[in-house]
Amino acid sequence: MSEPDHASPAPAAPPAPPSVPTVVARLTDGEWHRLHPATPLLKGGFALIVVLGYIVSNLRERLLGMFLPRFGDGGDPVDYVLNHGIVLQVLVGVAALLILLIAGFTVSWRMHTFRITSEVVEVRSGILFRTNRKARLDRIQGINIVRPFVSRLFGAAKLEISQAGHDANVHLSYLSSAAADDLRREILRRASGTREAERMSAVPVGTVLDRRMNELFAPELDPDAAPPESVVKIHLGRLFGSMLLGTGTVIAVLVVIAVTIWISATGRLFVLLFALPSALGFAGYYARRFSRSLRYTIAGTPDGVRVGFGLFSTSNETLPPGRIHSIEVSQSPLWRPAGWWQIRVNRASHTSGRGSENQANTTILPVGNRADVTRVLELMLPDLIGPETASFIESGLTSPGGAPDGFTNSPRRAAWLRPFSWRRNGFAIVPGSLVLRKGAFWRRLIIVPQPRLQSVGLHQGPLLRWLRLADVQLHTVHGPISADLGAIDRDAALAFFSQVADVAVRAGQSDTSHRWRAGELPV
Amino acid sequence: MDRLELPGVTWKRVSPKLVWVELAAGAGFLVVVIASSVIMYLLQIWWVVAALAAVAVAAIVNLALTRRRVRSIGYQLREDDLLFRRGIMWQRFVAVPYGRMQLVDINRGPLARSLGLSELKFVTAAAAAGVTIPGLPAAEAERLRDHLVSVAESRRAGL
Repeated sequence: MSEPDHASPAPAAPPAPPSVPTVVARLTDGEWHRLHPATPLLKGGFALIVVLGYIVSNLRERLLGMFLPRFGDGGDPVDYVLNHGIVLQVLVGVAALLILLIAGFTVSWRMHTFRITSEVVEVRSGILFRTNRKARLDRIQGINIVRPFVSRLFGAAKLEISQAGHDANVHLSYLSSAAADDLRREILRRASGTREAERMSAVPVGTVLDRRMNELFAPELDPDAAPPESVVKIHLGRLFGSMLLGTGTVIAVLVVIAVTIWISATGRLFVLLFALPSALGFAGYYARRFSRSLRYTIAGTPDGVRVGFGLFSTSNETLPPGRIHSIEVSQSPLWRPAGWWQIRVNRASHTSGRGSENQANTTILPVGNRADVTRVLELMLPDLIGPETASFIESGLTSPGGAPDGFTNSPRRAAWLRPFSWRRNGFAIVPGSLVLRKGAFWRRLIIVPQPRLQSVGLHQGPLLRWLRLADVQLHTVHGPISADLGAIDRDAALAFFSQVADVAVRAGQSDTSHRWRAGELPV
Repeated sequence: MDRLELPGVTWKRVSPKLVWVELAAGAGFLVVVIASSVIMYLLQIWWVVAALAAVAVAAIVNLALTRRRVRSIGYQLREDDLLFRRGIMWQRFVAVPYGRMQLVDINRGPLARSLGLSELKFVTAAAAAGVTIPGLPAAEAERLRDHLVSVAESRRAGL
């Protein structure tokens, strides 16, 4: 089969429409590459044009009045320019500005290069102040593909490779939209440590034969190639309902009531001055939550859980196995009649929030019923969830406690500190995870995968000592969830502490999730 | 009313010289509190004087308990993890597997340095929950640091 390859005279000539695997094979060949050519426009160009247009259209009269006091009304800047014979100067000025901007953006684009090897992703950027960021593939916490509305029109997408640490992510913005998906799959495959990946990357790159081999190998080897089906569907009604019954709405209603009482009591209306900004704030909050939950999908792929959302601007993130540090399934009292739950996670990567699509996606399931929760937990914790643990999760979520269900609960004397939830307030050690259950009104179930546990703490203050109780904390990376459990029996707490300390050591040592498919045989 | 005690653990205590560092810090705080309460007394802002007096009393109790508090600090290097405790009224225990170590710091304040003491800080990815062992003799702290780094290397785990 290599015969025709060697016979072909012009190996450098690219095929007319470059197929996607070819593009990715080229991007991941370990050489330096540039981003999508429309990047300068997408990054700042549009914003600049819009801002300029806005300023000019709004302030035209004032600017003219300020700088050209003798410029009469009813005239036109063009007339003015023509009448005063400064056409050349104005044109040169405008052209110079444009050329400067275009040159700046283009140079910045040319200086912004990246390369992907079998070990690292590296990005160089900056004109005067050069930045070089190198990220190890086996430390990837997740890969996010964001497609803002405008860039979708251009067929471009942002690829964001999350790394542990604050604002430590590697951004590749922008790439061509089709390439981004395949590039993510390829990066994840290399990061996963499959034998196949090793073999592929061991091959020296460049010869015709290898490129052909890459082309042959790349498509359809991966079952991930077909877009996986979402396990959860959020209906529009449920989405609206969940937002209507959310904490934000409660606060809004309380504010409205307070304002109404204030006005009727004092008869002064100036409070309404504050109504508009706060209404705008609430509207923004709802719009964000709504857009983050719209067209929501969650699906399992061989390289982890994939969470996507968005209608106009879409975002789609793959979290490899072992990147979720703790999981919280929670339900507020308002959601209880409907049986809705929310799932949030702690993750090691944090982005400094710049707009909704850049925020760390810690909400994995915005709203879902019991069946949805089970399916999502199955995706995230394949070790934990089986048919035999279904009842365990069930009782962890909804049981008022009291019955023997595998949890070690607080003793009766804890009712001094947990008057409503002491029956339910408890912990359990299950294969692969540690489970905390708490809250009678705000029900919560916190699951910490054992290999992700950083350390464990035990506290006791004077009051707790008097009641012979203690607090236990499971330390994970920083996030919206703090996995701690208060007011449990002191002897149970001591035993739990010792057990968890032991479990944390063993789980940490046997964990291989940084190369999550290393054990697999090549397909 | 019995305290929390882990079975089968023999704690290594920190240097008793730490008492002097703690006493000096407590005394410094007390001086500041008393000085500001005198100022407030002269200004005749009575509620602030009362609050500061309460703070001063708490600080004095704290000073009186310094020796016991320092004695309560203990650590143990177990096979695979570091165990740490401190506190008498508010007891705190932490167990950190060596493999979770992200970095080890050694800090020396001016006073502690004059007494030849160092503070060792063991940082994990859970930023809020690191272990800080104060009052280690400088040589001991460096030996401990090297030991921790080497055992962490052999038991390295991801995040």
